[in-house]
Formats: sequence, structure tokens, C-alpha cells
Amino acid sequence: MTTAASDSKSHDANQMTGAAMIVRAMIDHGVEHIFGYPGGSVLPIYDELFQNSEKLQHILVRHEQGAGHAAEGYARSTGKPGVVLVTSGPGATNMVTPLADALMDSIPIVCITGQVPTHLIGNDAFQECDTVGITRPCTKHNWLVRDIKDLARVLHEAFYVATSGRPGPVVVDVPKDVQFATGTYHPPRKSDVHVSYTPRLKGDAGQIRKAVALMANAKKPVIYSGGGVVNSGPEACKLLRELVEVTGFPITSTLMGLGAYPASGTNWLGMLGMHGTYEANMTMHDCDVMLCIGARFDDRITGRTDAFSPNSKKIHIDIDPSSINKNIRVDVPIIGDVGNVLGDMLAAFKAEAKKPDIKAWWQQVATWRGRNSLAYKKNNDVILPQYAIERLYAATRGRDTYITTEVGQHQMWAAQFYGFEEPNRWMTSGGLGTMGYGLPAALGVQVAHPDSLVVDIAGDASVQMTMQEMATAVQYELPIKIFILNNQYMGMVRQWQQLLHGNRLSHSYTEAMPDFVKLAEAYGGAGFRVTKPSDLDGAIQDMIKVKKPVLFDCRVASMENCFPMIPSGKAHNEMLLPSEANDEATAAAFAGGKALV
Amino acid sequence: MNQPASAYFMDERKDPIETHTLSVLVQNEPGVLARVIGLFSGRGYNIESLTVSETEAQKHVSRITIVTTGTLAVIQQIKNQLDRMVPVYRVVDMTLSGRSIERELAMVKLRGVGEHRVEALRLAEAFRARVIDATIESFVFEITGNSAKINQFIDLMRPLGLVEVSRTGVAAIGRGPEGM
Ligand SMILES: Cc1cc2nc3c(=O)[nH]c(=O)nc-3n(C[C@H](O)[C@H](O)[C@H](O)COP(=O)(O)OP(=O)(O)OC[C@H]3O[C@@H](n4cnc5c(N)ncnc54)[C@H](O)[C@@H]3O)c2cc1C
Ligand SMILES: Cc1ncc(C[n+]2csc(CCOP(=O)(O)OP(=O)(O)O)c2C)c(N)n1
Repeated sequence: MTTAASDSKSHDANQMTGAAMIVRAMIDHGVEHIFGYPGGSVLPIYDELFQNSEKLQHILVRHEQGAGHAAEGYARSTGKPGVVLVTSGPGATNMVTPLADALMDSIPIVCITGQVPTHLIGNDAFQECDTVGITRPCTKHNWLVRDIKDLARVLHEAFYVATSGRPGPVVVDVPKDVQFATGTYHPPRKSDVHVSYTPRLKGDAGQIRKAVALMANAKKPVIYSGGGVVNSGPEACKLLRELVEVTGFPITSTLMGLGAYPASGTNWLGMLGMHGTYEANMTMHDCDVMLCIGARFDDRITGRTDAFSPNSKKIHIDIDPSSINKNIRVDVPIIGDVGNVLGDMLAAFKAEAKKPDIKAWWQQVATWRGRNSLAYKKNNDVILPQYAIERLYAATRGRDTYITTEVGQHQMWAAQFYGFEEPNRWMTSGGLGTMGYGLPAALGVQVAHPDSLVVDIAGDASVQMTMQEMATAVQYELPIKIFILNNQYMGMVRQWQQLLHGNRLSHSYTEAMPDFVKLAEAYGGAGFRVTKPSDLDGAIQDMIKVKKPVLFDCRVASMENCFPMIPSGKAHNEMLLPSEANDEATAAAFAGGKALV
Repeated sequence: MNQPASAYFMDERKDPIETHTLSVLVQNEPGVLARVIGLFSGRGYNIESLTVSETEAQKHVSRITIVTTGTLAVIQQIKNQLDRMVPVYRVVDMTLSGRSIERELAMVKLRGVGEHRVEALRLAEAFRARVIDATIESFVFEITGNSAKINQFIDLMRPLGLVEVSRTGVAAIGRGPEGM
């Protein structure tokens, strides 16, 4: 029991304004960086930040969307939640895209929004919007705090909800009068969990045993891993690698899961899905046992669902029951955290099973690999985008490097040609596919890892969506490298128009491209332009050496397309390889009408 | 036959459509109902009936009863989507459990004189409906029962001068000593 005196002392120390509570809660949750943009309804919080700038560094972005993506990059590269502070009305609505993005990709974000004073809510007050209403479908959960008495609890719950179970973004909307009001703060306690939210972490032992029995008798197994392994953490990635070792199974991964298993690993098949490798997709199609670990059978993966891996028994490990049987029926669902379940699965496998003999299967895989589905024709005159990424990879692979991307062809080429050896090194917008994600995400990554090399592999169209964050990078001396594969087109859009819309290139060419070198200089960064393959390596070295934010204008072949490709709505074994992508084969592959997705 | 060009083009599996009643225990925090309804509209699920009321005031727990239709796979997905919502404690499929009682209350207003009045009163008695308001030319009946019974009663009232109906929607509870 504490004495009355010390009780009242700590009581006094915990008396504070709502604004102070917000900053205090962040510090108590170990937050070191916060991305934000001020405005009328968050000024009390900004005042507190001013007075706590040693403990909590605020990064001033140039657009709230930038704050959101920066927080996503920060979160994905550290495993910690990303924290954002924005004002009411337009500040909040500008955050909608990153919130939706983070929800799709399971990224933990805690976003504080200011709100008009409680007595004005509902009156169409200046800069009022229904923030909780607007963000309800694009957050894991959100709160409007109307009473200072609830604030400390809600803040702690917010961190808990964002980071536990399947991670996701949360919003805490705090009216300005609640920021000014004084109340009692309490530090986070173990018991500060949400009363009704208790995600299941441990997998059912019986289900795990069933899975192990299937695995032990598999003739043609495959592991299909996803973003959930990265979400689960470094330990889960270690266990995944051990499982591959112990079972000898081939392994592929989604776009979101790259790096959980190293690209240099012998059992690696490359990425699967619409732009995945031939061997990954054929292995998925023909397998007899599929072990899906923390992936969600997205439509970029399954193609035609009725033709998806027709002859396999499917095991699915996922922490979110709603991911199970959503798109594809599975035989052995295991609900739980990847790390937890893999630990139990490995123990069971070692105790009850031995490595199945799958030599014949590996021979089959080798013939698929022999198709060399990522091959492209070399060119000495123009830089091919694939070549540019290969060279970037060669120049950075030994280093402490983080890669982000925008959305489009360059993103797919990055996934295909850059080899990821570790998790949390690859930040990309997979589920929402948000152009403009990569530059601010790189910024967030660089804040978290000031001494690392952070490269955004960008497209010329995407990068212009959040270009203004170059100013942020310059202000905070964040030497991010924006490596633009400049094809003058919205390449991915043009590719679909060529393949599916009779080559009518409607509004996919960018007529007025800025001079990226001058633009970089105007921001106070450094600009590079390369047009010849022979100049590329040297320029990449120069880019790495510069201790400033860089726009690297890499002029690439303007009409190159991204293959292999499974036309949407086709099966895995109907994929189009680059070597076969002549006009006739393409026309045949895409016959049957326009794709919806 | 043309192949569908996209997974979304394909006919949904022709599984039979079923009607299920779900009981959902939720933390009664602001916006919880909007959240549940938003889930149904956002993901294109059907709501046939929805009732909600606080059932444990001290704990701020409310019980929502939803009658929904869909294939078994869709209904399973609805349950999972509900279950993962932060303020949701528990979701029970009352239809699957097979041991539930479902009741609805309706108030039925009738206007008429003479023969029709007498006939309406006789039917009301047969259905155990109570008269809760009366004037010389009108009645309001209160009737409880499962939805089918209420539908039947309303159909019978229609030719007798039915004016309007107000229904509560379905509330459900399991049989036997156990709670949900
Ligand atoms: C232009 C474009 C093209 C694309 N093409 C491809 C492509 O060719 N191939 C491809 O793979 N993707 C592609 N994508 C990405 C695709 O849209 C999806 O984002 C991606 O496939 C989803 O990855 P995932 O299944 O790993 O799921 P994620 O979105 O990463 O979801 C993770 C899953 O794991 C679960 N989970 C989370 N945490 C845990 C935990 N701790 N324990 C257990 N489970 C957990 C979640 O509940 C969820 O079900 C493309 C995207 C774009 C923009
Ligand atoms: C915000 C947003 N708007 C539109 C799209 C649709 N879209 C997907 S890829 C793409 C073109 C991207 O072009 P670019 O950034 O130049 O990359 P490239 O495909 O040429 O590598 C577009 C418009 C999107 N993904 N995001």
C-alpha cells in the first residue's frame, strides 16, 4: 500500500490537460517520432510538443497524406506503430488514403486527429467533419473522446488495438475543449486492454497435428507465405526459415511477404501471383499440399478461383478468422499468430514426422525454373527497367538497405529483380495500390534508420503525387534516394490498355514531365539523369554517396511491359511469359473480353 | 462459351441461400451500431431484421439480433467479420445452434365498422393478439410470436381494414439453462 502522501503526490503529477496526456501517452508507449501537420484544432497538442521536443521528435510533412505513408514506412521497417497527428476537417480527410492503405496491408498506425469543441460538433463548425464516420470503414477501430475522463484509457487502448492481433490503423478524434480540459492521467498498465478485443494467438493443437500429418505425407508440397509472417515479427521469420529447412519444401511468397525467407535461399521460387514467376505459380497450381502462412488468398494470387490449385489439400495459418475461407476453401484452418503456430508446428513435425521424399517434385520444379520466366532481352542503347533494378540491386546488396516503391510496373519489377534477404526491408503498397506511397514511406524509414540507405524505386507518374515531401526530406536532412524509372508513361495503365483495350492509350502518357534534376535542386536536394546503360553503374554509385535527398531520373525504355503475367481471371497455368508475349499469343491470352480487376 | 475475364465476373457458386439469425454481444460504446450496419452495407451483406438494446446496463453490454440471408459461406464470413470487430464480444449463430426461440412484437392498426370489426376481433383472439387501443372505428392489436405467425396475422388483417403496422424486428434467445 502506498501512503496517503505519496498517493496525493503522484495524483498531482498525473493531473494534466488533455493535450499533455496525448504527448505523455506517446512517450509512455515508447514513441520517439511523430509525423504531423498543425492546424487550429490541434494547437494545444502542438504547444505540448514544443515543450517536449527532446523526448518526442515531430516531423513536419508537407501534406497529411505524406505523414500517413511516412508513418507506414516507419512502422513496417521497425515493427513499431507509426504515429500521426493532424488537424480536424481537411487534415483528417487528407489522412483517409493512408488509413485505408494501412488497413489493407495490416500496418499499425495510431492517428490523433483534432476535432472542433464538443459543443460545436454537429453544427457545421469551421473545419468540422465527421472524422469517426469518415474513417470508420478505413480503420481497425476509432474513437471520439468527448470526456477528459476517458482520454488516458482510450489512448492506451488505441496503442493496444493498433498493434495486437492483426495490426491496423486506429484514429483517436479529440475535440479541442477536451485537449484544454484537465483530468487525471494514468500510465499504461497491463490491464489496459480493450474489454471486448482478445485476438487468439495460440493455434489449436489438434489442427496443427492434422497439418503435420498432411505435410509429412506430401508428395508435391509448397509453402505460400505472406505479409502475416512479417507482421508476426523476426522470430516468426526465423521459424519459417527453420520450417523450410526441416521439411525441405519449396517456398514462394506474396508481394507483402518478401524477405521473410531469403531470396538467396535454395528453396526459394520467387514471388507468386499475377506477376510472379512461372515456377512459383506452377508449383502452386500442381501441388498436393499447400501450406499458407499469413497470406490472404488475394485475387492477384488466385486468379480464377475455381481453377486455383485444384488438387491440393490446403492448410491456412492466420490470426484473423475472417481471412479463412474468404476466397478459397481450405481443409485445415489454424487460427493463431504465425510465430506461435510455427513454433508448435515445428515441434510437432520434429517429433512425429520426417522429411518427406520429394525429389521427383523438385525435379519438376527445376524444369519450370528452366523456363527462366524473368528473362528479358538485353539492350546496349536504352536502359531497360529490369536492368536498372538489377544494377541497383548489385550496387546495394551488401549494404544496409531499405527499399520502398510506388505503384505500377516499376513496383513489380522491383519485386521480381531485387532480392530481399531480410524482413522489414521492403515497403510497398500492396492491397490498396496507392501511387505516391513510396516517397513519404522512404522518408519514414529514413527517420527510423538514419544511417541506412533508403531507396524508393519509383515511377514517373506516382512520384509526382507526393513529390512535395522532398521538402520534408531536405528539412530533416533525410538522404532518401528516389530512383525513378522514367518511362514517360503510366506504364501499368498503358500495359493494360495495350493488352485489354485494343491499344487505345487513353490518357496514360505524361506530356509535360518536369525536369527531375532541376526539381531536385529546387528543393535543395541532388538530381541525376542517366540515359545510357553504360553510365548507369557510375551514377548509382554517385547517388549512394550523396548525403542529400536525391531524385534520380533514370530514363528507361518507354514501351517495356511487365511479364510474366497471368491475365486476370485466368488460372495459374495459363500465364503469359515474356518470351511468348508476341502479339498473337497476347491476343489469345486476353481473349474473352475486358478484365474487371 | 466465353471464359470470364475476371474472377469477379464469374457466377457465384450456386449454393442455396439460407436465412440465419445471429446474436451479437457488443460493448455499448458510441458508434457501435453504425459500425455493424456499415459492415453490412460496405461488404454487400443483407439485413432482413435488426434489433438492438442494452441488456446489461452496468457492463455497458448490448445485444444485437440480426436476421440475414446468404449462402453458408457468406454467412460464415459475416460471422467472422462481426467477430473481429473491436467492440464485439461474441457472435452466436442461433439458427445453427438449432435450439433458439425467436420472437417479434407487432402493433397492427385496423380501421373499420360492422362485420369486419367482429371478424378482426375473432381472429385476434385466435392469434392471442391483445387490443391495446380502440375507438368506435379502429383497433390497435399487439401481437408477439415468430415472424411467420406475425406475417400470417397481418395478411389476414389486410382485407379487414389494415391501416399500418409497426414491428420490432426479431429478438432471439437459446433454450435451456445456458447463456450465450
Ligand atoms: C500493381 C499491383 C500488382 C500486384 N501484383 C501482385 C502479384 O503479382 N503477386 C502478389 O503476391 N501480390 C501482388 N500485389 C499485391 C496484392 O494486391 C496483395 O496486397 C498481396 O498479394 C497480399 O499479400 P498477403 O496475402 O501476404 O496479405 P497481407 O495483406 O500482407 O495480409 C496478411 C495476412 O496475414 C494475416 N496476419 C497478420 N498478422 C498475422 C500474425 N501475426 N499471425 C498470423 N497471421 C497474421 C492477416 O490476417 C492477413 O490475412 C500487387 C499489388 C499491386 C498494387
Ligand atoms: C492514387 C492512384 N491513382 C491511380 C492508380 C491507378 N494506377 C495504377 S498503376 C498506374 C500508373 C503508374 O505509373 P508510374 O508511376 O509512372 O509507374 P510505371 O507503371 O510506369 O512503372 C496508375 C495510374 C493508382 N494505383 N493509385
